[in-house]
Amino acid sequence: MTAAETTTQGGALLVLAILLPSAGILASFALGSRAAERIALGSAPIALVIALAVLAEVWRAGRPIVYTVAGLSPPLGIALRADGVSAVMLLASALIVPASGLYARAGFASPPGGGESRKAFTFWIMLQGISAALAIVFVSGDLFNLYVALELLTFAAVPLACVEGRAETFAAALRYLLFALFGSIFYLLGAALLYGAFGTLDIALLAERIRPIPAVTAAAALMTAGLLAKTALFPLHLWLPPAHANAPAPASAVLSGLVVKGSFFLTVRLWFYVLPGLPAIGFDAILGALGSAAVVFGSVLALRQPRLKLLVAYSTIAQIGYLFLIFPLGSGLHSWTADGWNGGVMQVLAHAFAKAAMFLAAGLLYESLGHDKIAKFSGAARAMPMTFLTLGLGGLSLMGLPPSGGFAAKWLLLRASIASGQWFWALVLIVGGLLAAGYMYRILAPALTSNAISLKAPPRRAGEAIALTLAVVAVALGFAPESFFQLLDIGRPALMTAGPP
Amino acid sequence: MSASTIAGFVGSGLVGLGLYALIVNPEPLKKLLAFNLIGSGVFLVFGLVARRGAVGAFLFDPVPQAMVITGIVVAFAASALAVALMLRLADESGCIALDPEGGTRLDDGAEDT
Repeated sequence: MTAAETTTQGGALLVLAILLPSAGILASFALGSRAAERIALGSAPIALVIALAVLAEVWRAGRPIVYTVAGLSPPLGIALRADGVSAVMLLASALIVPASGLYARAGFASPPGGGESRKAFTFWIMLQGISAALAIVFVSGDLFNLYVALELLTFAAVPLACVEGRAETFAAALRYLLFALFGSIFYLLGAALLYGAFGTLDIALLAERIRPIPAVTAAAALMTAGLLAKTALFPLHLWLPPAHANAPAPASAVLSGLVVKGSFFLTVRLWFYVLPGLPAIGFDAILGALGSAAVVFGSVLALRQPRLKLLVAYSTIAQIGYLFLIFPLGSGLHSWTADGWNGGVMQVLAHAFAKAAMFLAAGLLYESLGHDKIAKFSGAARAMPMTFLTLGLGGLSLMGLPPSGGFAAKWLLLRASIASGQWFWALVLIVGGLLAAGYMYRILAPALTSNAISLKAPPRRAGEAIALTLAVVAVALGFAPESFFQLLDIGRPALMTAGPP
Repeated sequence: MSASTIAGFVGSGLVGLGLYALIVNPEPLKKLLAFNLIGSGVFLVFGLVARRGAVGAFLFDPVPQAMVITGIVVAFAASALAVALMLRLADESGCIALDPEGGTRLDDGAEDT
């Protein structure tokens, strides 16, 4: 038994990261839709500074920073912890959410003359709700606290998916909500079993106490199944394409780029932080196989979609599949584990930025053309070069061509799969890259023809600049320095439990 | 058979019933009821966990009880959100169905302001 945890230096930053958007939500409720927009956008620079400060503090300390709520150590109290991955995810969320917010100003402005707009009110509050819920997911150190955070994330994401108020968006949002609810109730049942067996839900304490008893296997299966439904891993992906494709573009960017990563992050927390002491029972191979099926299935369906937003949504299903290769390639204590782990985290980041950029670009296309039917794109790239540059750069990362974050991710995963002798995953990576090239070709080839096309409206310059910036970040991730991967190693469980148990 | 064992069987039975109802019923409202059935089963299991964790003068471990209260509040909020969505869906489309074909035949609807 280690000594009781106490708040480390900089621990209060974690509280600030959660409090800032939460206070913003309360103030927005009180002050109305116009103020909600100002608060959501005005607090973004502060959130960015907090995320950077957390990152700097984790880097300086070289170990996770901790805050024990009310000064009570677990198991009595609840701990907030941020390691390298939490800090990086906080930063990604502090960049992508405000980028979508800035893009959304045109579509979700309050009516001039002081009136209220329910659409704007909902959007700006739920956007802050996503920030708050993601911050809790990334820094919470307690499985029950994480359950509440996941529910908050769902309750903020579902209204965003149907904020336009059309019948098909309500149907899509309802389906999303039902999948998410069943996911979280099974997660909760698993948490009950773990508490019953070990008397705590604190991640660090559980990792010390865990023993291979049947209750743990049952809990792990229940919690994983629930989290997979929320992450939309094949075959529990049915809710994602209608929800993400029918949502307004800035909402889709946040839903596809960040929200599905919240439950994935929790799956990683569960398997790498709570259950590493468990002898292998084949779970990591099952998760890897489901991920591989998602890559092939999602990509093939993306190839067949008539509409751009649906194509991008199916591509999300395929890209989520790659994330799950982190389980067979990043677990255990082997020479290749670091590559698998770094590759998985890099894929989370590269996809978050690339997919947010692509959804925003798809939204611009829809505004300018009045539709997003791929068959009618011919000549569009000449009329909207910046938008198609964004789509192309995002696609570069999705395909995994150098230089891009997607390439770095797939390169690391590929190296891990060859070093570990699990060549099957390498095959998946290559086939997935080829299929991604196929669906990107479908978008870009007709657009690059020299046909004349008439636009309903010229694209918004500000919107184009925001989308392009996100795509450039996705590409720039390919140049991440060695110190970036050292940061990801801070608090990585395989390193912390390297000694004999 | 002790009371705890019976309660355990009832809890897992509720979860099983709810899961069955979730899979066989296409109607969203029945799926929501199935969710609440599973929820009741899970809360019962939490109650058992609290009973088994009793130490000293306490009859129950208070931590799982606190979790149940939070869980009930969350489940209630979730049910309210789902019902609100169903009502809006019924207003907009005249029927409540998750089937995507049910949605596509409808017009775009007016902007909600």
